[in-house]
Amino acid sequence: MSNPFEQILQTFIQEAKEQLHAMESSLLLLESEPNDSETIDALFRSAHTIKGSAGLFGLTAMVSFTHILEDVLDRLRNNEVSVDTKLIALLLECGDHLQELLRVTVINNGEMDDRLQQREVDLRERLQNYQNRQQPLDVVNTPREDRVAVTGNDLVVSNLWHISLRFGSDVFRHGMEPLSFLRYLATLGKIVNITTLIDAMPDITTMDAESCYLGFEIDFDSDIEKHVIEDVFAFVREDCIIKILPPRSKISEYIELIRNLPEDESRLGEILVASGALTAQELQHGLAQQQAGTPPSGTLLGEILVEQNVVEPALVQAALDKQSLIKEKKIKENLYIRVQAEKLDHLINLVGELVIASAGARLLTQQSQDAAAFEAASQVTDLVEEIRDGALRLRMVPVGETFGRFQRVVRDVSQELGKDIELRINGGETEVDKTVAEKISDPLMHLLRNSMDHGIESTERRIAMGKSAKGSLTLNAYHDSGSIVIEVADDGAGLNQERILQKAVDRGLVVAGATPSDQEIYNLIFEPGFSTADAVTSLSGRGVGMDVVKRNISELRGTIELTSQAHQGTRVRIRLPLTLAIIDGFLVGVGQASYVVPLDLVQECIELAENERTHAHARNHLNLRGEVLPLIFLRSHFRLEESRSRRENVVVVRCAGQKVGLVVDELQGELQAVIKPLGKLFSGLRGISGSTILGSGDVALILDVPALMLRTVTNENSNNRKAGVYRLPLTSEHPGKIRQG
Amino acid sequence: MKIQDYKTADGVRLILDGELTIYEAASVKAELMDYLNANLTQEIEMDLSQVAAFDSAGLQLLLLAKRESMRLGVALRLVRHSRCVLDAFELVNIGSYFGDPLLLSESDQNHAKQQGAFQ
Repeated sequence: MSNPFEQILQTFIQEAKEQLHAMESSLLLLESEPNDSETIDALFRSAHTIKGSAGLFGLTAMVSFTHILEDVLDRLRNNEVSVDTKLIALLLECGDHLQELLRVTVINNGEMDDRLQQREVDLRERLQNYQNRQQPLDVVNTPREDRVAVTGNDLVVSNLWHISLRFGSDVFRHGMEPLSFLRYLATLGKIVNITTLIDAMPDITTMDAESCYLGFEIDFDSDIEKHVIEDVFAFVREDCIIKILPPRSKISEYIELIRNLPEDESRLGEILVASGALTAQELQHGLAQQQAGTPPSGTLLGEILVEQNVVEPALVQAALDKQSLIKEKKIKENLYIRVQAEKLDHLINLVGELVIASAGARLLTQQSQDAAAFEAASQVTDLVEEIRDGALRLRMVPVGETFGRFQRVVRDVSQELGKDIELRINGGETEVDKTVAEKISDPLMHLLRNSMDHGIESTERRIAMGKSAKGSLTLNAYHDSGSIVIEVADDGAGLNQERILQKAVDRGLVVAGATPSDQEIYNLIFEPGFSTADAVTSLSGRGVGMDVVKRNISELRGTIELTSQAHQGTRVRIRLPLTLAIIDGFLVGVGQASYVVPLDLVQECIELAENERTHAHARNHLNLRGEVLPLIFLRSHFRLEESRSRRENVVVVRCAGQKVGLVVDELQGELQAVIKPLGKLFSGLRGISGSTILGSGDVALILDVPALMLRTVTNENSNNRKAGVYRLPLTSEHPGKIRQG
Repeated sequence: MKIQDYKTADGVRLILDGELTIYEAASVKAELMDYLNANLTQEIEMDLSQVAAFDSAGLQLLLLAKRESMRLGVALRLVRHSRCVLDAFELVNIGSYFGDPLLLSESDQNHAKQQGAFQ
């Protein structure tokens, strides 16, 4: 990433991927709404952008293929070709091919292999059926009139390069001779038009004869590539303005050119029209766009042309309306800034440190009893809190972006399986940390494939069962107390409990004759190597998967659970933390140690009254306003040696619909905890999800409440049943050791 | 570069002799300014037949002179362009700006090619 070109190339690769992605979504959208012109426009724009930027990097393989694609899309846009499933399938394949081209020729910097080449030939052939046969493939040779009709008004008719040169004032002093560059240029093609500009030359008294004030507008006819033209001016590149527009550039690019050059806009416009680079109408069109974007100042050439009756006002108005629309869209697109993920991570790291530091400062001022200092520190803390929220929000992306790519997967897989399956997406706007969004993609893909392969029945069977022929998959996302919940649901056959139990017994996971609960049976399928499928297909059923899914989710500090109803379907619910970096915590003390409970989970705090204590210790639960509240005694859970303290409190936490009371000694208040992952040594630790550093410099452990709850619930179950033999690995070690380190 | 001047009825006739390039640009500019600013000058004729070398700086000077003359209302005519001047004019398509007929001066016809400024 050190060299700037490489950086730009990375940006291109990123953008191209995004555009290809956008293309794919547009195509899928088009499948359901074949006549949506906006989607077709978006499709065309994506292809056009890819072609344009690939051209900048001289990626000929991509350019030439995208070019054909663009041609077909263009005809689609002009209603010369109609949308059908065949065309969409073809275009999807073209998208895949481009993706592969990008990967092979750009990212790996290699050559197309035979297979890729064969596919390209095949695709080109099929695309040709949709191309206009009367038109030669090569645009450059297309007669002007035809081309105008096809492109609408976006591209100029001129098939010449347009080169704008403004030599820097020191060019002579550096021993350069502008005319000799032009002479050399003339050897590479034909200079059709050239206009010399001396607008930069000051009046005769101040003009310095040894400074260069020359500028040229050149229309150039040649087949060479852009970089060859750029190379002509390589020696003067640094102190000159050099703008090169390829043949048939967009009018908007000309307008931009006009605006970016030092001379007066209308003067340049006239020059371009006079030299034939733009027609008067194209210029008019372009300036109308400009007018729509900026408040009119002075007399623009467009107005002059109207006054002179060169163009009818109505025409200008129409152009203006259309262009202002485009402009609006552009503005929307420009609302985003591309930032390197690394920089963002660094920022968030710093904010994390800032949170710790400000907590420390606040603590000190509090101890100093200086009210003014405390006031100031509190204010800083508030601001830091806002900065933290803002910084974390920067990392948040709508989970729908991840979901979107599954449309294609579902479409392809259902075709492969010969099933008719529809994917519904709800809550795509739910935001989640980008890392989480990325890492959740694979597990979700797995779950979807599983559902499609095993869950949803074949069409015949569905009809026989009296279900709708079309199978339905639902991806649902929503926020729930500090977590994001993602559900994958299907309306298929559901899990066969008997078969799962049978397999588990066969594999020795469950003792024969045991009667585990439904939930426990479902949890079995997350065990390694567990598969209930009768048939192993290419997609799933080999028994690798669900355990990997579970592990991936656990790595994200998330939980997964599954519910199923025979012949109704299966629902997998994944619960993930919104962010991996900082949490709002509630600090509690047990003995000498401090623990952090995620604040979102805390429902209420109650004092464990003296008269209830013995009772509670004996029964492990509490009567909370008529409800049974299971208790977890952190002291005994973590096997803290210190004797019981004088008072105890209960923190009522709620997670995944269950309530549990955590019995602690002290309630120490809220804090912002910057999560520091525990080292490898502690990776086997259950009930602890991380650590944080307090303002005082002490380490506090962050409680993994869901894991704690799971443990209690399991304990209860096994206590109640006595027969269950489960291989649920739950260990608890003394976490206080960290403090000695 | 040597500039010889001859008084004419309405102004002055200049013969530019030598190289009109970046090396002489500063001094030539000063001389041209004097001629342009001379009070009674109505018309300046520049004979370019003896210009042996011509580059962008030279071109720029001629453009400057033309612009200034137009501002002052002085008629500036370029005559008997030498080959190298013509080449440059042609390259940048600037002939029409000066508005003078472009005829190759006889004396220059034979030598110019070898003396061009751009080799």
